[in-house]
Amino acid sequence: MVFGFAVGLFGQTKYPGVGKVASAERGKAADKTVMADGRWLPVGKGSVESGRALYKTKCAECHNEAGEGRDKQWPALVGGTGTLQSKSPKKTVGSYWPYATTLWDTIGRAMPYDQPGTLTADEVYSITAFVLHLNGIVPAGQELNEKTLAQVKMPNRDGFVADVHPDVKAKR
Amino acid sequence: MADRRAFLGLAATLAACTKSSKAPSVVEQTMTPYGERAATETIARTVGESTASVGVGSSRTPLQDLHGVITPSSLHFERHHAGVPKIDPAKHTLLVHGLVEQSIEFSLDDLKRLPAATRVHFVECSGNGGGELRGTPGATAQASHGLLSCSEWTGVPLKHVLAQAGLKPEAKWVIAEGADACRMARSIPMEKCLDDALIVYAQNGEALRPGQGYPLRLLLPGFEGNANVKWLDRLHVTEAPAQSNQETAHYTDLLPDGKARQFTFHQDANSLITRPSGGQKVSGGAGFVEISGIAWSGNGKVKRVEVSMDGGKSWGDAVLEEPVLSKALTRFRMPWVWDGKDTVIQSRCTDETGYLQPTRDEIVEARGVAYNYHYHGVKAWVVKADGSVTNV
Repeated sequence: MVFGFAVGLFGQTKYPGVGKVASAERGKAADKTVMADGRWLPVGKGSVESGRALYKTKCAECHNEAGEGRDKQWPALVGGTGTLQSKSPKKTVGSYWPYATTLWDTIGRAMPYDQPGTLTADEVYSITAFVLHLNGIVPAGQELNEKTLAQVKMPNRDGFVADVHPDVKAKR
Repeated sequence: MADRRAFLGLAATLAACTKSSKAPSVVEQTMTPYGERAATETIARTVGESTASVGVGSSRTPLQDLHGVITPSSLHFERHHAGVPKIDPAKHTLLVHGLVEQSIEFSLDDLKRLPAATRVHFVECSGNGGGELRGTPGATAQASHGLLSCSEWTGVPLKHVLAQAGLKPEAKWVIAEGADACRMARSIPMEKCLDDALIVYAQNGEALRPGQGYPLRLLLPGFEGNANVKWLDRLHVTEAPAQSNQETAHYTDLLPDGKARQFTFHQDANSLITRPSGGQKVSGGAGFVEISGIAWSGNGKVKRVEVSMDGGKSWGDAVLEEPVLSKALTRFRMPWVWDGKDTVIQSRCTDETGYLQPTRDEIVEARGVAYNYHYHGVKAWVVKADGSVTNV
């Protein structure tokens, strides 16, 4: 390092005095990340049955009674399995999404669409369980929690590949 | 006395000035602390807001009406997934945590103490041009490519902020999260974070606009718009991507074999004729018309733009306006003497990596049509004999 202050020692910053050690309160926000292996999921639980009632009040207005979607604007949550190679693929939670944790994270962050972030952890586990059940991925009696959610294997888990770049060859 | 004489002399000159100058009979505007454009100027974004939730949706930049390469901040395109949050900049902080030696929190003032950088870069939604891909091409430049804008951005290189927390050797990704209602999050590869990524607080010389992430956004030059997380307040350093909604269910490209391509970040070489373009009219009939447009690449500088005025049979090199900047819009110009007959005009870009902008057919051949992202095909317009310009 050229500059005297640009030290790389453990715990020392490159630009002294700038920024402060994160407060405990702010550090709590850190557990908002949900990883595909289930890390940082909040403690909680919910069943297909408890999700059924919640779905009716929180989700059905847009996604319809059985997750079939509504009009063109509101996406279907079910169906489409086996269509990804067809001319009109139907990308849903069941046919496309690779991780159950992503479903939890999406509901927890972004749903209901007009009131994002208002559901409790237990409510999110419940609705997640019900939507997975609608897709035939978990049985009616299933309960999910922060330990078991990431163990749910989604049908399209192996359906994603890394970007290949550049992939289009134009002719001059 | 000398001072007094000088003063009197000056006063006389001022009086003469006042007497001889003619006040305009109608005043356009009174002087205001923050300026407005002329009342007769009306170019605008087209706004598509969701019927279900306020402030959710997208707005498109009127590319056909702009000059040069900088998008006025008021006309920058928007795509909001949960509306524009109201943020008090005095309370807003950026948390850096995870695989770092020390979790650190930065206020806006803290970030402004760090070495800053100002650069011109485009931001483009990866859904831009999706209609062209799906076979429903836009009738105007705004409709076809309006999810594209270019600004001068100022902020702190992300590498400085990460270094301040001290990266651990196993740190490979950074999950960037915004303070909007849905706390939209994307996982960014460490290579990009340590390269040219910026944490931006200013756009075109002033604070970011609310719709662009006020008071802080991530700016990843050349990467798809969605990854440039707005209202940024948290960077979680990890060894793997989170697999969030916006990097699995969306912004992935489903290929004909049923597999979906993930973490496609770069917006490839692209170009668009903006004048004459769809919806405009070439008035006055045959004769000289300058063709002008924009070219860009998420992989570096634009090296060459070719224009065809015969439906793609022959191509000529357009002039690129300096300065040609990396991962920024470049303005191109091409002189043309129009014979007054129906003419198909189109442009194609080659970037500094040598990559040539493909046609729609070439993209479809390589990727199919079962997705909506990363389209960058050649766009053609027809200048009709009556001077009207339409989509092909």
